[in-house]
This record gives sequence, structure tokens and C-alpha cells, in this order.
Amino acid sequence: IDYTGTDPSSPCSKCLSPDVTPCVCTINFTLEQSFEGNVFMYYGLSNFYQNHRRYVKSRDDSQLNGDPSALLNPSKECEPYRSNEDKPIAPCGAIANSMFNDTLELFLIGNESYPTLIPLKKKGIAWWTDKNVKFRNPPGGEPLEELFKGTTKPVNWVKPVYRLDSESDNNGFINEDFIVWMRTAALPTFRKLYRLIERKNDLHPTLPAGRYYLNITYNYPVHSFDGRKRMILSTISWMGGKNPFLGIAYIAVGSISFLLGVVLLVINHKYRNSSNTADITI
Amino acid sequence: MDCSLVRTLVRRYCAGEENWVDSRTIYVGHREPPPGADAYIPQRYPDNRIVSSKYTFWNFIPKNLFEQFRRIANFYFLIIFLVQLIIDTPTSPVTSGLPLFFVITVTAIKQGYEDWLRHKADNAMNQCSVHFIQHGKLVRKQSRKLRVGDIVMVKEDETFPCDLVFLSSSRGDGTCHVTTASLDGESSHKTHYAVQDTKGFHTEEDIDGLHATIECEQPQPDLYKFVGRINVYNDLNDPVVRPLGSENLLLRGATLKNTEKIFGVAIYTGMETKMALNYQSKSQKRSAVEKSMNVFLIVYLCILISKALINTVLKYVWQSEPFRDEPWYNQKTESERQRNLFLRAFTDFLAFMVLFNYIIPVSMYVTVEMQKFFGSYFITWDEEMFDEDTGEGPVVNTSDLNEELGQVEYVFTDKTGTLTENNMEFKECCIEGHVYVPHAVCNGQVLPDASGIDMIDSSPGVSGREREELFFRAICLCHTIQVKDDDEVDGPRKSPDSGKSCVYISSSPDEVALVEGVQRLGFTFLRLKNNYMEILNRDNAIERFELLEILSFDSVRRRMSVIVKSATGEIYLFCKGADSSIFPQVIEGRVDQIRARVEHSAVEGLRTLCVAYKRLIQEEYEGVRKLLQAAKMALQDREKKLAEAYEQIEKDLILLGATAVEDRLQEKAADTIEALQKAGIKVWVLTGDKMETAAATCYACKLFRRNTQLLELTTKKIEEQSLHDVLFELSKTVLRCSGGLTRDNFSGLSADVHDYGLIIDGAALSLIMKPQEDGSSSNYREVFLEICRNCSAVLCCRMAPLQKAQVHAPCPLSLASDWGIVKLIKLSKEHPITLAIGDGANDVSMILEAHVGVGVVGKEGRQAARNSDYAIPKFKHLKKMLLVHGHLYYVRISELVQYFFYKNVCFIFPQFLYQFFCGFSQQTLYDTAYLTLYNISFTSLPILLYSLVEQHVGIDTLRRDPSLYRDVTKNALLRWRVFIYWTFLGVFDALVFFFGAYFMFENTTVTSNGQIFGNWTFGTLVFTVMVFTVTLKLALDTHYWTWMNHFVLWGSLLFYVAFSLLWGGVVWPFLSYQRMYYVFIQMLSSGPAWLAIVLLITVSLLPDVLKKVLCQQLWPSATERAQNTCVRWQDHLPELTPLASLQSLHPSAAWPGSHSEQVTSLCWESKEHEAPAHGARLSLSRRHPSWKPCFGGPPSGDG
Repeated sequence: IDYTGTDPSSPCSKCLSPDVTPCVCTINFTLEQSFEGNVFMYYGLSNFYQNHRRYVKSRDDSQLNGDPSALLNPSKECEPYRSNEDKPIAPCGAIANSMFNDTLELFLIGNESYPTLIPLKKKGIAWWTDKNVKFRNPPGGEPLEELFKGTTKPVNWVKPVYRLDSESDNNGFINEDFIVWMRTAALPTFRKLYRLIERKNDLHPTLPAGRYYLNITYNYPVHSFDGRKRMILSTISWMGGKNPFLGIAYIAVGSISFLLGVVLLVINHKYRNSSNTADITI
Repeated sequence: MDCSLVRTLVRRYCAGEENWVDSRTIYVGHREPPPGADAYIPQRYPDNRIVSSKYTFWNFIPKNLFEQFRRIANFYFLIIFLVQLIIDTPTSPVTSGLPLFFVITVTAIKQGYEDWLRHKADNAMNQCSVHFIQHGKLVRKQSRKLRVGDIVMVKEDETFPCDLVFLSSSRGDGTCHVTTASLDGESSHKTHYAVQDTKGFHTEEDIDGLHATIECEQPQPDLYKFVGRINVYNDLNDPVVRPLGSENLLLRGATLKNTEKIFGVAIYTGMETKMALNYQSKSQKRSAVEKSMNVFLIVYLCILISKALINTVLKYVWQSEPFRDEPWYNQKTESERQRNLFLRAFTDFLAFMVLFNYIIPVSMYVTVEMQKFFGSYFITWDEEMFDEDTGEGPVVNTSDLNEELGQVEYVFTDKTGTLTENNMEFKECCIEGHVYVPHAVCNGQVLPDASGIDMIDSSPGVSGREREELFFRAICLCHTIQVKDDDEVDGPRKSPDSGKSCVYISSSPDEVALVEGVQRLGFTFLRLKNNYMEILNRDNAIERFELLEILSFDSVRRRMSVIVKSATGEIYLFCKGADSSIFPQVIEGRVDQIRARVEHSAVEGLRTLCVAYKRLIQEEYEGVRKLLQAAKMALQDREKKLAEAYEQIEKDLILLGATAVEDRLQEKAADTIEALQKAGIKVWVLTGDKMETAAATCYACKLFRRNTQLLELTTKKIEEQSLHDVLFELSKTVLRCSGGLTRDNFSGLSADVHDYGLIIDGAALSLIMKPQEDGSSSNYREVFLEICRNCSAVLCCRMAPLQKAQVHAPCPLSLASDWGIVKLIKLSKEHPITLAIGDGANDVSMILEAHVGVGVVGKEGRQAARNSDYAIPKFKHLKKMLLVHGHLYYVRISELVQYFFYKNVCFIFPQFLYQFFCGFSQQTLYDTAYLTLYNISFTSLPILLYSLVEQHVGIDTLRRDPSLYRDVTKNALLRWRVFIYWTFLGVFDALVFFFGAYFMFENTTVTSNGQIFGNWTFGTLVFTVMVFTVTLKLALDTHYWTWMNHFVLWGSLLFYVAFSLLWGGVVWPFLSYQRMYYVFIQMLSSGPAWLAIVLLITVSLLPDVLKKVLCQQLWPSATERAQNTCVRWQDHLPELTPLASLQSLHPSAAWPGSHSEQVTSLCWESKEHEAPAHGARLSLSRRHPSWKPCFGGPPSGDG
């Protein structure tokens, strides 16, 4: 569901102008079929070059790993997002600075008059190893605010890194939204996992068919670079998400192989005869 | 040679003005000459230190680095590395620095080690002690302290420490014996003569009293040439002047034999000795493969530059919109913004270059080098090419040319010693027209009287008898043979019977054969002692002849003479030589009869020599002596003057008779030549023999067959018609039928019904080659070449081999030479690859000139072998060398080169494509470690092993079917079509990898927990597919599997997986980034990734498999047919047809045994431990798995 708001009829088009802050818009949609099993909620950006070289290298992995010296003295690669007002930025770099900060909320408009908020789970969206090994807060038992003392927030951020979440195991560098964002995408059109919608019990589908509306706190500007923002809901089998490419490719390659096999069989048959005669004539 | 010239010049300039002379003056024992002689000019010479090492401890690193970076490839990588260091590039300098460092280090270590060995050898050489005379006493000194002018004493079995002029020896006659085995490999003893006036000085004191100066030429590298003059001063008389020649010179490196001790004066020391001057390396020969490789490299360099250029341009087009250049989320630093546009564009260009630089891989050079290095060892180890008689195997002097052996189109072979055994046997002689044949059953006994001789003609009269004895004496006397006695002190009273035990040694086997033959006819040459030659005649009486002069043999005169004085005081000149050089000088004798006989013998393939004599009266001899003395005394142009003198002396001869010596063909020479011709190689025989002799030999060795139509281009014919007419007539004949010929060739298997053989002689050839005023010579030359190209065999007889000294000088065109011919063909339009094979010193020029020079380790010394690229023990080994080794190495290296380009296209093209998706920002697709290790470790070993052991067709098949060789000649596997095919295959595969991964990643989740992969996973996926595809592609191409292939192939895949797991499994503390952390493992945990990997590998291999299967089935080449044939045998499908076809192809190939036996022996699988009892050949196989007489599985089409 595209909610960029370039289309004037879109409810989010008002948010394109930078004056409206905070801008909240709502988009209605209908699910034709109910979603069984766990549902994954993604946000998608397009025309966003997360794979630009200047962007990709603009991070400091040792800072993110909780190295106290790197915290106060981030890597040169983070320029120009290395320090602000003579204070080192934590987390430094362009990637962190441009972290996606729209808030999405999903409401089911049931038969009842009031919509129900779909509970969104924000843990488990990042790789386990990233969260537990690669990303670490600076060592020490003190509250995060103390640990990040001497640093400043990235320029574009509203809140400092130690206020990303209220829960302590999802705050600071180990905030999963942050970790997900820090894994740079391969292509300019990409999606990232935003929330999980877990199945509660076997009786009800996770997301029953019906009308929903998406409540967006529109912060993230993409219009300047002709970008698009989307919200995607997807279920996943053991083989991952819906992937038409693999299926089509397999069918195509399989049938080509079969065809070739037949052709070659015919050729081989012919060749044997011809080669025999050729051998004899020589 | 130029190099040494320059060196000499430089040395002269450095030494100062007074040294600027053509000769040097040496003061024996550093004594100044008496006043009145030339002014004493102290000259400075280098000391006797030999420096063969290239580096010293201090200059090793800079000099070695400089040497290494002179190679274009290394320099290229250095530039890339520096660019990476200086500007901000996508990949860290490590990625190209590490491989470069590795390559440089390995090379440096290898060169350093070699140099260290040289240092050690030098030191050993320089420090060994030498006896020399100082103030009448014997002093020991280190060899390196020896100076020019020192008098040196050398004992038996010692080597000479520098070049010496031989003053005196412990032998009374002033001779000594020397072997020059370490110089030119000739192990025969050579006699050197002391200076006449000094040979009486036997003690240290005597020698110290010697007062003499030596004038000699400046050092020059020719081992066999020396011109000098010694002035011996006596207190009383005027100085005595004596000529010095090479017989007075003892060379450094030679060993003293059979002589207790000698004294000599050092004239050339250290680096100026002839041995040291001969050290210089030969000019590097480059193979055709290397040339095409360089061309391909240039193509890739162009591709690289154009890729970088395209990307740079596109980048700026794309960035023209500011939100793309600098979106809010990804801003530039201040310094980046301030840089000017042009500079930025240039840096971007360089950065793209760096990004794509892997398309030209460092490791290719290393792999090619290693392949050649090990490959040459494999040739050396080939036991089938080991000759038991001589106990020698093949020697590879140049490893760069292995693949060139598979490209040969013209073989130039010497006849004597190469095709033939050079094992002469005296067959018959003809005296005054009467033919004598030694008894065949004669067992070396001295036969009394004429009973041992079959008289074919009527018995001679009394005068005939006189002549007959004269003839035998002539043969006995006219030679340069030495007698090697087992017991030297036995003295002259040696019994006649013990004469049998003596062994004749000579540089020319003809002479030995003659003397031995005459021995059977009753005349035995006993010894040369004190200038007296002793012969045992038929009456068991010893005749003594005083040897007055020897007019030595040379290849221009083609004759030699001796002047002897008999006991009765008569002076004779005996002359022996080729008929063509004797007959013009003859004024008396039955020329016609003898000529007829000579021609008759020649037709039978015998080597003929004519003998003539002349009686000299004393006055005549005096004149002769003066003439010779004057010529020998000359310092300049001595050779020329001598030749003139010889010419004057050897005339007005009386013809005595002729001899015929048989030179048997080497075993399997005919077989080899036949195989070579079947392989489409044109064989030229170059010989100095008579046309008839040579033609007979050619028939014997199947160079000409019965159905060969002979074209003659000889002097005789040219005398009849003009050269012009003959040439055009011939070319018409040839071209008329060439239409038919090409049609036959098209089937590739024709029996060549119209087979032409050309016979040309030296004189005619020189006519063709001679430049003419009207410029028509080039026309002639082309016509001649045209004729030659259409002849499968060419015989050039009466060739005057270029003299050694002329090898390096621009050869006068009038002198038709081997060298000239080789050059002629080499420079002809099609630039065919030539191979020259020979055994003697006279073949050296030809061997050096041809693309590949092969030396046969023969009887005429090792000079050819030393100068060759390959040395083999026998001519028959050439067959395996070319048909098997050459073919295989060519196939291997071409596959190696193409594969390397292919895999790097696969590697880099996805990077290129990725630029379109990352805003042309030079973002790398793969991780640094992958970039670095791809060429070094993930994909390097399988191709190296493949290029060493691959046998696309088994060795036996290759040998049995020489026509397979035609498939690879003319650089067939490195033509543009093949190259483009490989490149496109690479591009196709790269497209598959990249877009496969692209579609898989686009808009979808591939994990089961909904988590998302980043760009590094994308790259890793592409990389994984690529490594597997590239390796499996090699597996598809491998026809010959050994356990090593399996091990290396699967091992490197396994290594890749293991490495990736490890690389991603740990947070590496020394890295500033952890981008690969768990990427590989996460990727493997996703099902679709697995599916995609399998799919993409299949798709990218599909076209290659398809192409293979289609080509093999529809348009099979002979090679593929051979592969198929074997495959069928392997499948135990005893079909009649393939066998019948093969038999019809090779009527000569015998097929012993039943069919099933062949199956087992041919297609013996590579399970050596299971089959221990397979005879000798298999034991060889066990040692060198590459020589297994077995085939691997065929490429299996999965269609």
C-alpha cells in the first residue's frame, strides 16, 4: 500500500509539505482474504539508494558494537555525520542518520463501530546475531543515558539513541528497528520488516478479511528524491514469502531442459546413423 | 651478442683510452720486456673472480623489485595498488595489494634462492686454490686473486682456473689432453699443444725465467677461436715470434687429463674468460600462445577501460539531478563538495578502474608460470622418452615453449646424427675404379694381405697395388684422430695385437669409421707421437711418417689435408673431402670411374668421401710452410688468410679413390617421420650430403614414399633451363593439383595421393635467395615458398651450414644456410611455427632461429643440446614430444587462458551490472575477502591441476592417430571465435547470476522468519553461485579425472564454504567493519536461496553443455571422434564401426590381441591401487598420475 502521498487524492498528500508536523494521515484498505498464520508487516521504500557506496560505508561497526573509545571517537567513514557541535554523534554515519521514522499503526474496522488496534510485535524483526552479537550498547550497568554521555544524537533524529524505546532490551544500539535499518538493502527498491503480527490462536485468522485502516505518523520525507513509501503485509511459508520468480524460473528451465533432451535424443539418433555411414565411406 | 658487444665497449671506455685497441699485450710473469721492445703499458684487467650471481645482499630488494615491475602485468597491478592507496576507492588496497605482494614475494624468494645458490657456487669457484709461480717458487693462492700474466700450474684432473696459454707440460712432446665436458659437453679428449719455444721449461725455475709477451685479441666468446702471438725474448737473439691458435689455449672450465701437470700463463681472467662470456642467456623465445594471450589481455584492458568510462559518463548523467547526486540522507563531506568537477570525474574513472581491475587477474600470470614450470618437469620425467643406451632423458631448457610443441607446422631436421645414428660403418672403398668391400664377417682382426678384400673388379696390377697401399696410407694418415690407450707408458713397442684395444677418438665419426675400416684392410693407425704418425702396415711393420702440417677441416672447404714426410723423406699431401670439393682440384686420376662409383654409393644412401694426394718436393713444401706460417701469424683475419692459403695448397691433386661409409637410420625414425607427416607437419631435411645419398635416406625414412612425386630444383636442372622457367614450371605443377589436394584435406583424413617432395640443393637455393638488381628475387622467393607450402616434404641437400662465427652476424644472403631457410619460412606470410632439430654444432644456428629448437643428444657433442630449448636422446622421441606433449600442453594452456578470462568475466560483470542499481557509486558487490581470494584460492587450484594433468584424448590415442594434431595447429583453440565464445559464455553466466539474484531479492522475502537480507547477502549469493558454476564448468571440461582432480575440485568448493562460514561466523576484531557477520549462514538458512543457487548454476551451465553436446554430435572434430571412440570402448560396447573406421584410418596401426583386451588396457580406470599387475607402463603411471594410459569420463550432457 503506497502511502507516499504524491497523488493529491491520497490522504497523505498533505504531509508532503514540511510545515505540517507532526503529520498524521490515515489510509483505508480492504483485505479480500483473511491472512492465516503469522503476518509480517513491512515498509518499503523505492528510489532510495541504500546501496550507494558513500552511504554503505558511512557507519562505524565498532561503535555499534559498544566499543567505548569508538563511541566518543567515531570512524572517519562517518563523515559528514561524524560529529555535531563538537560532540560525536552516536550512532554516527549517514545510515543511522537517515533512519526510517514513520510510525505505522494498523486498525481493523470490524463490524463494531470502533476499530480495534492490531497488536504489533516489534521484537524478532532483526537477525538474532545482529541483535545479540553485532550490536551492543556501551558496557556498564548505568542507565543508557549515562552510557551515551558525551555524545549527541544524529542530526535528523528527534530523540537520542537511548530514547528509541522504552524497554531496556530494545533500546540504544540494540533497538531492533535501528538494527533492521542498519542492514543496508541491496537494491534501490527495498522493503524492511517493520512489525510482526503474531497469530494468537488457531481458531481465528491473524488478520481476518475485512476493512482496515493504516494510521501513519508521516515523518520520513521521500518526495525530494522521487521516492515512494509502501506498507506491505505478507504471510510467509517455510520457503519464505511469495516468490513468483523462482517458480516461473524453475518451470521454464525444466521445460527447456526437457525440450532439449528430446531434441538431443533425436539428434543423437540421427547422428549415430550418419556417423556410421560416414565412417564406412572414409 | 649485441649485449656483449655493448659490454665490451663499455668496458673499454671505462678502462681508459689506452685500452682502446683490438689486441691486448700480456707480460708473462709480469716481467717487463727488454728495452727496445714496445713501450710497457700496464693494462688493467679484472681479477679472476667469477660473478654469475645477479644480486648482492644489499641490492637484492631494490634490484629484484625493479626487475619484477618491469613486467607489464606486475606494473599494472602496482599502478592499481597505488591508485587504491591514493584515492578513495571502493575496495581497500588490500584486495589488490595482497595478491601482488604474494606474487612478488614468491618470485623474489625463488629468485633469491637461485641467486644464493649461484653465490655459493661462485664462492666455491673463487676460493678454490690455485698453484702459481712467483719468483721461481710454487705458491698457492685463491683462484680469485689470479691476475692476467700469472703463470699457473695445473695438475691432472684439475680444471683450469682461467683461460691460459699453454706453455709447457710434463709430457715431453709438449702436449696435453683436455676434456671440455663442462664447456660444450664433449667428453672426448682433445690435444692441445704447448708453445714450441717454451715447451722445454719443465720446472718452476725454468718457467720463471721465461721472458715473453703475448699479444692476443680482446676476449670474445667463441670457444673455438683464438688468435694471438707470443714474443719470446732471449738475452742473445731477437725475439722469437710464434703464432698462437686455439690449440694453444686452455679454457677455463676444461679439465686436464692424462697429463701430470702443465704450466700456462693467464690471459683472460674472471668475467673475461670465454666460459664466462658464454654465460649470457639466449634471447627469449615467446610462444604463440603467449602472444595471443597478450592480445587478449589488451582486449580485456580495452573492455576494462570502456566499462569504467561508460560508468563514469553514466554516473554524471545520472547525477545531473541534484537529489540523486546528494539526497538528504546521503550528503557529501565539505571537501568532496569543493573538489572540482574534472578532478572528481577523473577520480571516479580511476575508482571504476580499480573496481573492475580484477578482470585482468594477477593470478593468471602466476598460474601460467607454474603450469609451464611443472609442465616442463612432467616432460623431463616422461620415462618413455628416457633412453636406456645413453642413460639420458629429455631435458627442458626453456619451459616457456611447452605449448609451442603443439603448434609446429614445419620441422627442419638435420640428417646426420638426427635421422641417422651417426654410427658410421665403413662399407666399401673404390680405388682407381676398383671396388673393395671389407669382409662382412671380419671381426676386427688384422687380415693379412688381400684375402680380406673382395675384389669386385678385376684384380689390380702392380701399379694398382701401389696405388692401393697409398690409398690406405692416406686414409690412415689423413685425420685428426687421437688414440686413447689404456696404458700410456707402454711405449712404442706395443704389440700389434694390443693395437686392437686402442680406441679411436675423434670429433668426426666418419674418420673413426674410416680408420677402423682400413684397420680391417690391414693398415692400422697406431699413434701420433712427437709429430710422428705410426702405422702398422700389412706386413706388421711400423711405418713412421712425420706430420708436418694439418690443414684442418672446415665446412666451407669441406675437406682436410695433411702433409706428411715419409721415412724415406718423401713429402706427401693427402687430402680427403667431399667429392664436390675434391673433384675440381684434381688434375689426374680416373675421375670418371670414381665419380660414377661415388654416385652409385650415394644412391644407396652411403656417405662418400674422396681421397686424393699430391707429392711435394722439398722446395714446394718450404713454400707451403711459409704460406701457412704467414697466415697463422696474422692477428687479424687469420681465418680468411688461412682459408686462402689452404686453397692455394690443395690443388693439382691426384685422385686416389673414394670411400663409402654407411650411417644407419635411427630406430623408428621412419615411423616418426611418417607420423609427423600424418599430423600435417611438413618435414624438411637439411643435409650437407650428396643429393642421391640424401634422397636415398629420405626414401628409407619414408619422407618420400613411392607415390611421392619428386620435384627437383637442382643446379643441374637450372643449368639446363633458366631458374625462372624451372620455378614457374614447378609451381604450375604443384598448383594444378593443389585443388585436388585441398579437397582431400577437407576430409582431413586423405591419404594425400598427390604428395609432392621437393629436392633442392644449396646452390639453387642461394640463387633463389640472392637479391637481384631488378628486384625479381622477392618474386622468386615467393614462388619458391608457394612450391614449398604445397610439398609435404622438402629435402635440401648440399647445404653449407653457416659457420659458427657467422651465426650472429647478419648472414650474407648468397650463403644459403639452414638458418636462412628457417628464417625464410618463419617470416613467410602465414608465420608458421617452425621446429628445428639437430645434433651437431652446425645445427645450432638453425636451432636458435626456429621457434622451437630441439637438440638431439648425439655423438657430435652437446652443443646443439645446450643451445636448444628441448634436448631429447633420440629422434624418435620427437614424435611423443610433439604429438603427445605438445598437443596436450597446447590444449591445456589454451584452456587455462580462456578459462581464466571466462571466470574473471563471470566475476566482474555482475559488479558492472550492479553499478546500474547503486547509483554508479562504485559500490562493490562482494565483500573484500571474496574479492581478494576469488582468484587466489577459490578458483585457482582446480585450473592449475587441470592444466597439468588434463588429457582430453588419451596418450595412446594421440600417438596412434597423428592426424589429431591437425586439430590444434595454427593456434586453433585460441582463435577469436573461441575467445569470443568464452567471453560471451562469461557474460551470459554473469547475467544469469546477477539477474537471478536480482529477481529473487526484488520485492520479496526469502527467509522463513520474515527477516530481510541486505546487500551483502545479495553479493554473497551471486558469489556463491559463481564459484560453484565456474568450478563445475571446469569439471565439465575435464575429460581425465584423477583422484587429484577430484580432491582439488571438490576441495576448493569445500574450502569456499568453510571459509565463508568462518569468515561470517566470528566478529573479527582486526576489521573495522563486520559487514559479513553471519551473512553466509543466514543465507544458507533460507530455502529459496538454496533453490536459487541450484537453479542458477544449472541455467548458467546449460548453454555450455548444450554447445558441447551439439558440436560433438553434429560437427565432430577428429579429436572428438577419438574421444567418442574411446568412450564407446569404455562402455564395453564392442561395435564394429568405430574400430573399423580407425583401422581404415591407420592401416599401419596394428591391433594385437582381442578386443576386450584393448578395452581393459586402454581404458584402465584411475584406480591404481586396484590394478597393480598391469606391466611396466602402469608402474610408470603410478609414479606420475598424469601419464596414465586412460581416459576420463566424457562430458555428460544432461539433456
